[in-house]
Order: sequence, then structure tokens, then C-alpha cells
Amino acid sequence: MSSTTAIFRRELANYFATPVAYVFIVIFLALNGVFTFYVGGWYEREQADLQTFFDYHPLLYLFLIPALSMRLWAEERKSGSIELLMTLPISTWQAVAGKYLAAWAFTGIALALTFPVWLTVNYLGSPDNPVILIGYIGSYLMAGAYLAIGACVSAFTRNQVIAFVIAVVICFVFMFSGTPMVLDLFQGWLPQPLVNTISGMSITTHYNSILKGVIDLRDLVFFFSFIGCWLLANLIAVEMKKSS
Amino acid sequence: MKPAITVDSLSKKFGAFTAVDNINFDVNRGEVLGFLGPNGAGKSTTMKMITGFLAPSGGQIRVDGMDVMKQPMQTKQLIGYLPEGAPAYGDMTVTAFLGFIADIRGYRGSDRKERIQTAIEKANLGSVIHKPVDTLSKGFKRRVGLAQAILHDPPILVMDEPTDGLDPNQKHEVRELISEMAQQDKAILISTHILEEVNAICDRAVIISHGRLVFDGTPAKLEAMSRLHNAVTITFAGGLPDAAEQRLRALSDVADVVCEQALNRLRVMPGEGMSIAGQVTRLVRDESWEIDELYVASGQLDEVFRRITTLGGPADAGDLS
Ligand SMILES: Nc1ncnc2c1ncn2[C@@H]1O[C@H](COP(=O)(O)OP(=O)(O)OP(=O)(O)O)[C@@H](O)[C@H]1O
Ligand SMILES: [Mg+2]
Repeated sequence: MSSTTAIFRRELANYFATPVAYVFIVIFLALNGVFTFYVGGWYEREQADLQTFFDYHPLLYLFLIPALSMRLWAEERKSGSIELLMTLPISTWQAVAGKYLAAWAFTGIALALTFPVWLTVNYLGSPDNPVILIGYIGSYLMAGAYLAIGACVSAFTRNQVIAFVIAVVICFVFMFSGTPMVLDLFQGWLPQPLVNTISGMSITTHYNSILKGVIDLRDLVFFFSFIGCWLLANLIAVEMKKSS
Repeated sequence: MKPAITVDSLSKKFGAFTAVDNINFDVNRGEVLGFLGPNGAGKSTTMKMITGFLAPSGGQIRVDGMDVMKQPMQTKQLIGYLPEGAPAYGDMTVTAFLGFIADIRGYRGSDRKERIQTAIEKANLGSVIHKPVDTLSKGFKRRVGLAQAILHDPPILVMDEPTDGLDPNQKHEVRELISEMAQQDKAILISTHILEEVNAICDRAVIISHGRLVFDGTPAKLEAMSRLHNAVTITFAGGLPDAAEQRLRALSDVADVVCEQALNRLRVMPGEGMSIAGQVTRLVRDESWEIDELYVASGQLDEVFRRITTLGGPADAGDLS
């Protein structure tokens, strides 16, 4: 077994060894239900699709994903187990990847457990199932992007509350970076090409583009390079603490 | 043969604060090196650098000839490390935790099982294997850390206060375990605050103070630095004979005599580097003094320790080593 796999398995098992997994999944499913059927007015729309379900995911993830990612590194630092982990014969990259993939796999489990919603629409009507599947993929990629931010932020502190708050703020910026609310902050003092780049980094924009029912290569490239960049920053943060 | 660990002009700065200041020492195979120093001296910081957790600000560490910073994977494989406070993953049970360490170390199947079993036996963890580490007592936690460090039977062991928090029986067992491992030609570096431990298991001691090396030598050499080294203590039966103090003081190699009237005891201090046991016993016999006890002190480690670690400056350190 490679070291990444060993870390992946330990981390994933750890979610279920503590109440974290159950609390997270229950809240996630409950909020999904509330948003889709009540806030989103799914019945009133009288359409057999999961538009309202997916529409609320950016907002749901904004708070739930940082709650999941905040402990990734901060807890290791706080308990001192990071000293144990980083003196085992593994590379920092393996630790970063193992932890991240376990958290992402866990969100995958939580997302998969929303299948009753899908069963419901299929029972009540005949939805376009391939579009729903693509929606799920888009939602999963978005969760991955939020998680990468959260993992990186968690590596900078030993305080989980700080890790949570900062991750929410950064996720918020990337969630709304296509909107005037965020762009106005940068407009005027940053060169226009940079402002355009920020606007193009909007997670929501890419997510909505996938929700239309086609996976554009550009969206895939965006999500994977976005995740890659944040994990690289995560790696650098862990390495930096070494020599501080 | 090259040393298992070579620490070469090692320094570590935290911002403007220098925690480790240009220290040098070796650890050889088959040797137990005791690493001593007052709180905050820089022992743990040095160990963290040896095991590759912290990067040095200056100098170099070679483990089995390899630079710790350049070949971290190879050097980490050779080392078993018990960090200060024996951190572990508290939510895991002892078996699950050791299983994880075995996975990372690349063991599988029956080999994996055997190694976990051996580590559990050596660390005496049999009674708690299914308990989460967080629920264990301090001593058991320390033993989990120990089991984790020896799981891969490493040729080099670095242990930060391995006997801290253990009961006397366990302390004894852990010391036995350490001595036994030294017999197997392992290089062992332990930090400790217990000075008797140095005499009990260490072949050599290194003392640092304020990040600087102030002593490197055998425990015997350390004892010899004590003012009480070779001092003779005599407890008289009945009362102190009248002339005893003057007569002893008159001996050629005696520097001083300390009188403890209430205990009927005289402490005879030798001159620098002198042995006075012969002179003193001859005198006692010639004078036919009635005595209860007479013994020669080998030196008090805590006295030496206090003296050389409270001096401070590097100039003082130079005089001592
Ligand atoms: N990460 C850090 N940042 C700043 N200062 C640190 C850091 N780690 C250690 N220090 C300081 O470095 C000095 C040496 O600490 P170290 O833990 O090595 O001491 P020690 O010899 O192990 O002491 P003890 O016997 O109490 O375990 C201390 O003054 C400590 O406050
Ligand atoms: Mg220490």
C-alpha cells in the first residue's frame, strides 16, 4: 500500500470514527431537502428536474465545506500529531494528497446520499437523467474546489475556528468573483486584464455552465487547475512551517 | 565506521531567538547517548531537526552519512522517533494506530501483523489494544509512542523523554528495553531530565544549555566534575572525637572538612583531582575512631548539572568541556 493510500484510508475512516461524519451527512441532507423543496419552491415549479436542488449547492457548500476542511491540518498541528506524520517516511505531497482525497471522497459519499431526491423526481415525473448526472458531477467538482481552499487555509493555522472563518471568506470571494459585488473591490486599482482574470475565476460561473447539461473542457480545466493551485499552496504552507 | 548521527555546527533560530546555537556531537552505533539540559535548552528542537521535522537555520545533520535535508526519505526510514509528549491520533484505537504506522512503513500481510504484535509486546500494551489512544493514561500514551517508534526495528532511535510519566516499574522496563536495543548495535539518542537515568543506561552524555553545548563525555567524567567527587563521608559512633576535624584537615591531600555536628558526620573534601580514601581510612584506623559508616562519593550529578547549566555564557562553557 502506498503512503498516500494509507493516509487516505486513515483519514476517511477517521470521519466515521467520530461523530463528524454523521453530523455532517445529516445536516447536509436536511439542508438539501429544505432548500430544494421549501425555499426553492420545487413543487410550485411543477418541473421534473433538480434545478432548485443544484442551485443551492454553492450556498450550502460555502458553510459546510469549510466546516469539514477546517480540521484537516489545524487539528494535526494542535495535537502535535503533525510531528509524527511528517517524520514518517512520506513526502509532504503524499500527505497533502491523501488528506485532500479522503475529504473529497467523504463529500462524494454525502452527495451520493442525496439519491432519494433523484428517486423522487423520477417517481413524480420523467426528468432528463443525463443532465442530472452532469449536475452531480458539476456539484462534486465545486465541492472539490471549496475543499482545496479549505485544506490550504487549514495548513496555515492551529486554530480551527480561524481556519473555518478564513476559508468561508475566501470561498465567498471565489463564489461571487464574477459579480459586481466582488469585482468593484478590484476595479480601478488593478489593471483590467487582472480584473478579467478574477472575474473568470468564478466558481459559480463555471458551475452554472456545467449545470446547463454539457461538460465543457474549459470548465474541467478550470476546476482541476483551481484545485491543483490550492493544493500546491497547501504543500508550500506545510513546508514553510518547517523552517519557521 | 561513520557515526549513525552527526550533528555539525547545527543552529536553529525562531525569528530573532536562537534556540540552538552551533552545536556539534555524534551518536555512534551500539551507544546510548543521553541528551540533557534544563527546560528550554533546545533538546526537543535539536531532535526535531535530526528527525527532519524542522529545517535547521544553519549547519548540517547527517544520518548514516546522508544529509537529512537532502535525502529525507532515506534518513526517515532509518529513524524511529518518539516526539515530546508522544503525540498520536487520539481517535484511533491502539491497534488501528499501529496498523496505520505499519501501512505507512510499507508492511503487509503476516509481516505487518507480526510487527504490530511485537511492538505491542515490547511496549507492554496488551491490555489496552482496543481502546482509543485519547482515553489512555499518560504512561500508556507514552508507551504507544514507544511502540510506534520501534515498530520497524530501526537502527537509529531518537526518543524525547521516553520515561516521562511512567511508573517506576515501567521506567525500569523501558530502560531495559533501551539497553537491550543498544546491545543490538542500534544508535540511541534519548533526552531526559532524570539524572540517574544517565548513570543507569547512557554510555555518554551531552548537555546543552541556552542552545549551546556545555558538556560531552561519559557519565563518569560528568561525576568527576562534581565537587563531591571522591569526597569521603564518615559517620561516627557516639560523638565526634575532639581532634577528628583538625586531624583530617591536616592530611596532605585534603582540601576541606565539612562538619555536620547533629549527624555526627564529617565530610572530607579532596583537593582537585586527588583521591583521599586511603589516607582517611588509615587515619581512622590509627586513631581507632569508632565509626558507623564511611563511604566515598562518586559525585553528585545534579550538583554538576546545576553548576554547568547555570553559568550561561559560551566562555564558561569553553572552560568546562
Ligand atoms: N516553534 C517555535 N517558535 C518559537 N520558539 C520556539 C519554538 N519551538 C521552541 N521554541 C523555543 O526554543 C527553546 C527551546 O525549546 P525546546 O523545546 O527545544 O526545549 P527543551 O530543551 O526540549 O526543553 P524541555 O526540557 O522543557 O522539553 C525554548 O525557549 C522554546 O520556547
Ligand atoms: Mg523538550
